[in-house]
Amino acid sequence: MWSGIGADLGDRPRKRGGMHLFCVLPLLLYAAPARADAPLGYLSGAGPRNVSNLTWGVLTISILVVLIITGVLLFAIFARRNRISSESSNERELVSRAGNPVAVIYAGLVLSTLVLFGVTIWTMMTLADIAAPPSAPKVTIEVTGHEWWWEVRYIGDDPSQTFVTANEIHIPVGEPVAIKLRSADVIHSFWVPALSGKTDTIPGQTNTTWILADRAGTFRGQCTEYCGLQHAHMGFQVIASSKEKFEAWRQAQLRVASEKSGASPGQRVFMQKCAVCHTIRGTRAGGRVGPDLTHLMTRGTIAADTLPNRVGYLSGWIADPQHVKPGSKMPRLNIDGEDLAQVRNYLETLD
Amino acid sequence: MSLVEETGRRALPVGSIGHHATGWWAMLSGIVTEGALFAYLLFSYYYIAAQPHGQPWPRELPSLLLALPNTIVLLVSSAAIWFGERGARRGNVTEELLGIAAAIILGLIFITVQFFEWHNKTFSIQSGTYGSLYFTITGFHMVHVAVGLLILLSIFIWCWRGYFGPHRHAYVSIGAIYWHFIDVIWLAVFFTFYITPYLMGRT
Amino acid sequence: MTEIEYDRVPNVADESHGSELSARLRSLWESKPGVYGWFATVDHKTLGIRYIVTAFIFLGLGGIEALIMRIQLAQPNEHVLSPEQYNQLFTMHGITMILWYSLPILTGFSVYLQPLLLGCRDMALPRLNAFTYWVFLFSGIFLYASFLIGAAPDAGWFNYVPLASIEQNPGPNIDFYAMANIFLGISTTLGGINFIVTILRFRAPGMSINRLPIMSWGTLTISVASVLSIPAVSLAFFLLWMDRHFGTHFFDPATGGQPLLWQHLFWLWGHPWVYIIVLPALSMVSQALPVCCRRPLVAYSLVALATVLTMVLGFGVWLHHMFATGLPTMALALFSAVSILIAIPSAVSLFAWLATIWTGRPDFSTTFYFFAGFIVVFVIGGVSGFMTGSVPVDWQLTDTYFVVAHIHYVLIGWNLFAVLGALYHWFPKMSGRMLDEKLGKISFWFVFIGFNVGFFPMHITGLLGMPRRVYTYSADMGWSTLNLISSIGAFVLAIGLLITLFNIVRSRRLGQLAGPNPWDADTLEWSTTSPPPPYNFLVIPTVASRSPLWEDRLGEKRASTPERGFALDHGKETLGTTMLDAVPDVIVKMPEDSLAPLLLSLALAVLFTTMMLEAWWWLGASIVAILIITMVWLWPRRNLGEIEGSTS
Repeated sequence: MWSGIGADLGDRPRKRGGMHLFCVLPLLLYAAPARADAPLGYLSGAGPRNVSNLTWGVLTISILVVLIITGVLLFAIFARRNRISSESSNERELVSRAGNPVAVIYAGLVLSTLVLFGVTIWTMMTLADIAAPPSAPKVTIEVTGHEWWWEVRYIGDDPSQTFVTANEIHIPVGEPVAIKLRSADVIHSFWVPALSGKTDTIPGQTNTTWILADRAGTFRGQCTEYCGLQHAHMGFQVIASSKEKFEAWRQAQLRVASEKSGASPGQRVFMQKCAVCHTIRGTRAGGRVGPDLTHLMTRGTIAADTLPNRVGYLSGWIADPQHVKPGSKMPRLNIDGEDLAQVRNYLETLD
Repeated sequence: MSLVEETGRRALPVGSIGHHATGWWAMLSGIVTEGALFAYLLFSYYYIAAQPHGQPWPRELPSLLLALPNTIVLLVSSAAIWFGERGARRGNVTEELLGIAAAIILGLIFITVQFFEWHNKTFSIQSGTYGSLYFTITGFHMVHVAVGLLILLSIFIWCWRGYFGPHRHAYVSIGAIYWHFIDVIWLAVFFTFYITPYLMGRT
Repeated sequence: MTEIEYDRVPNVADESHGSELSARLRSLWESKPGVYGWFATVDHKTLGIRYIVTAFIFLGLGGIEALIMRIQLAQPNEHVLSPEQYNQLFTMHGITMILWYSLPILTGFSVYLQPLLLGCRDMALPRLNAFTYWVFLFSGIFLYASFLIGAAPDAGWFNYVPLASIEQNPGPNIDFYAMANIFLGISTTLGGINFIVTILRFRAPGMSINRLPIMSWGTLTISVASVLSIPAVSLAFFLLWMDRHFGTHFFDPATGGQPLLWQHLFWLWGHPWVYIIVLPALSMVSQALPVCCRRPLVAYSLVALATVLTMVLGFGVWLHHMFATGLPTMALALFSAVSILIAIPSAVSLFAWLATIWTGRPDFSTTFYFFAGFIVVFVIGGVSGFMTGSVPVDWQLTDTYFVVAHIHYVLIGWNLFAVLGALYHWFPKMSGRMLDEKLGKISFWFVFIGFNVGFFPMHITGLLGMPRRVYTYSADMGWSTLNLISSIGAFVLAIGLLITLFNIVRSRRLGQLAGPNPWDADTLEWSTTSPPPPYNFLVIPTVASRSPLWEDRLGEKRASTPERGFALDHGKETLGTTMLDAVPDVIVKMPEDSLAPLLLSLALAVLFTTMMLEAWWWLGASIVAILIITMVWLWPRRNLGEIEGSTS
C-alpha cells in the first residue's frame, strides 16, 4: 500500500516557471545563424538559396513542434490536475479510464504524417535541384585532400592550360564550377558552407560536386571529416571574382616562377631544405609532399587557412611549424637567423 | 475455474525436454546471430564485387572438382546426424551412435578436402581483395564446422555414456540443428564463390 | 539412485503456506555468503545491480573525459590538451558512452526487472547472465588498459579507415578498440539471446503476449535487433584487424579494397544500435509514467507496435550517416525519405505519454519530474534528427556541432533522463529504501538546466559551421561565447549527477523504508517484498490483465492471483510457458551458482590479450582452456533434468 510520501509529492511544483523560460531558448536559433561574423555559417551565404530555404523551413517546423509539445505537456500536467484533485480526497487513487485519448493519438499521428510527408517531398525537390549544376560547368578543378592541406589543380583543355596551387580556390562569379574530389591519404571532406554542402574525399575513388557563387567575395572552407591530428587546421578559401579578374588570376597562375639570374641565397636555402617537399614551377624544386609554392604570395593565408600570409606569420611558420600545427607533416628544420630571413625574402618574390 | 486450477490438474514435463528446452531456444537464437554474421560476410563480397574500380578478380572460373563433391559430403553428413537424432528419439543407442559418428567422419572429410583445395589455390589471403574474401569467408565457415565437430564429439561421448534417451535428448537435437545450420551456410557460401561466377558469364 | 521426474502435477500453494515454503525456497535459491558466493552467484537481482553500478562507473569515466574536453574548448586556441590527447579523449568518450554505458545500464535494469515483471524466478539462462556481466566488465577493463600505456584509440568512435589503418595508425591504439569491441559484442549478443528466451518462454501463466509489460516489449525488440546487427560491427573490426596485421585487402584502396565497406558494415550495426540504446529507455518511461499518473498507459498496443516498427525501420536508414560520401542520388533520396518518416512511430509513444499525463493525475515525484523533462528533450532530439534526415540540410549540418547537439539530446535526453527517472522509481524495490525526494528534485533541476545550457548552444554552433572533433578553434569564427556557455552547462550537469549519486549512497543507509509497493504500482514486481527474496515469488503468480495489482480498482473483475499459484519447490525451479498465450508447458530446472562463467570470461580476456600481442601459442592455450571450461559448464546434469534414466 502507498506509504505516506505525500509531504514531498504535494509540493507546489516550480516546473511551470522553468518551462516558460525554457521556451525562449528555441527562438534563439533564429537570431544566431544570420550573423556575419561567423565565416563558416551558411545561412547568409551566397550559394543555393533553396537549401537555405529548406533549412529555415525545417528549423521553423522543429521549433514549432517543440513549443507546441511543451505547451501541451505543461497544460496536461497543470490544467487537468487542479480539476481532478478537487474531485477526490485520496491523491493516489487511480483514475478510471476517462474519455477517448486514443483518438487524439490518431489525430496527432495523421498530422505528423502529413507534415513529414510534406517535408519529404520538399527535400526531394530540393535534392533534384542541387544534384546537378544549372548549366554545364566551364571550369573544372580537381581538389585532392592531404593531411592537412588541399591540393588544387585547375584542369585546362590541354596540359599547358593545367596548373597546380594549394589551399585557395578562385572562381568566376555566376558560373558553376565542377569540383572533382580525391584523397592522397585518408578520408577528408570538402566544405565551403556559404556555397555548397559537403562532399567527402575518399582514397580510391573520385567524387564530384559543384559550387556556384552568385556574388563576389571570399568564402571560407573547412575539412569536415576527422582526419587526424590537424583536422582542426585544415581550412581553405574560395574567392569569387568577376570573369575578368578570374581570367587574369588564372593567367598569372599559369606562369612559372621566374628564375632570377644568379640564385639568391634565399633560393639556395630553399633548394637545400624545402625543395624535397615543395614545388616551385620553373625551378629545380619539385617536391610533392607539401603544397605547390609557385605563386605563394598571391594567397591570403598559409598553412591551410590557419595563418595570414604576412611577413611575421610566414617567418614564424617556417621557423617552427610544429608550434602552429603540432603533428603536421612539415618538420621543424632549424632554419633561423640569417637563413630564415633569406628564405623568407625569396618566398616573397613568388607572386 | 482459475488458470491455476485448470493447469493444476495436468502433469507438466520437467527439465530439458525436446523443444521445451531452454537450450533449444538459445541455439535457435544463436543460429540467427551466426546467420547474420555470414550475411554480412557475403554482403562484403557482393559489395566489393559490384564496385567498378578496383583490382580485377581471378580470370579463371573456380574449379568445382573438389568443391561440389565436398558439398555433397556435407549434405550427407546432415542426413547422418538426422539419423542419429532419430535414434535418440526412439531410444535406439546403435542408431544414435552410428549417426553421430558418421556425421563426424563426414565432417572431417569435408575439412580435409577443403584444406587440400585451399592449398592448391593460385592466390593467397594476402594476394588481393578476392583472395582475402575467399579465405576469410570459407575460413569462417571452416571454424564453424570445427566447432560443430567438437559439439558432435561431445554429444557422441555423452550418448555413449548413456545420458540420452527417448525422454531426454535435447542435447542431440540442439547439436543437430547447429550442424544443419552450417550446412545451409555452406550452400550460401558455395553459391557465392563457385556458382555466381558461372552465372555472371565473367569472373 | 536419484529418482528422475519426467513429469509432475505441480502443487498449488498460497500465502498460508508462507513460512515453511519460504524457508525451503530460500535454502534452495540463496547464494552462499562469502567469496565463493560473490563470484559464483547467478541471481539476476545481484547481477542486475552489478550491471547498473558498473555502467554508472563507465558513465563517470566518459563524463570526466567530456569535462576535460570542455575545459579545452571553453576558449579559443587553448593549450590544455595536445591534439593527440584530445583525439584520444573524444574517441574514448564516444566509445565509453555509446558502448559501455548506454546499453549496459538498460541491460542492468532489464536483468533486474524482467523476471520480476514476467513473474518467474530468474532469467532463462542464469549462468549465461553471469557470464555476460563478467565479459562486460573485463572488456571495459581491457579497453581502458589502453590509457595506461598512453595508447587509447584515437580515430574517433566510428574509427573510419584509412585513418584507422596500420599505415596511418601503427600503434596498438586501434587494436585495443577492435579487440575490446569484439569482446563486448559477445556479451551483448548472448545477453540479447537470454532476454529473448526469457521473455518468450518464462512468463507467468495468463500473461499472453498482449499482456506483456510494455518494458518487456522494449527489451525484447532490441534483443532481437542486437542479435541481428552486432555481427556487422564485430566483423568490421575483425576484418580491420586482419588488414592491419595479416596483410589482407578489405579496406585498402591501393589494392582493390573499399574504404566505404567499413562505413557500410559499421553503420549497418551503428544505426540499429542507436535505437537499441534508447528503445528500452523509452519503454521504461512507458512502464513507470502510468504509475506516476495513476492510470494505465494509453494506447498500449500502439506503443508496442510502434516500438517494433521503429526498430524494423531502424535497419533501413544506415546510409544517412554516409550522405556526404558520394552516393548515387537514388540511394540518397530513398534513405532520406525513410529517415524523415521514421519519426512517425516515435511520435506514437510521445502522444501516448502526453495522453496518459493528460487523462491521469501526475504525482510530482522525482520520477515524474525526470520523465516530464525527458519529454521535452525527447522532442528536441527528435526534431534535430528530423532536420538532418533531409539530405540537402544534412550536407550542411553533418559533421558539425549540430549533430553533436542532436546526438547528446537523444543520448542524454532519451537514455539518461529516462534512466534517472527509472532509478528513482525502482531503487526502493532494489534496496528496500526510498531515495530522498528533495535531493532528487534538486538533482533534476541541475541536470535539466545544466544539460540544456550545455548542449542547446551546440545547435547554434553547428549552424555557424563549427566542425566536430576539433581540438581547438580560432577566435574569429564566432563560436567562442557559445563554447564557453556549453562548457559551463556541462559542469552544472555533472553536479546534478553527483547529487543523485550522493542521494543513492545516503539513502541506502538512511532512506525511508519502502515496503513492497511504495508507489502503489500495478505490475508483478510490486507484489513481492522490497528487496525481493532470492526466489522472487513465493508462488508463481497468475495474471489476467496488464495491470494485475490494479484490477479491482479499475472496475474490472479481479482475476490475477499473485498470491496463489504453483510452488515449484522440488529444487530450483521456475515455470516455462507457451510463447503467445503463456499456458504453462514445462517445469524448468535452474542451475546452481557456478564459477564457470567467471572462469570462461577470464579465459576470453586472456584470449583477446594474446591476439593483441600476437602470441599464438598462448592463444592456442587459451582456446583449450575455453573449450574445457565450456565442456564443464555444459556437462549434462541430473539436477537440471538433462539426463535420461533413474539409474546409471
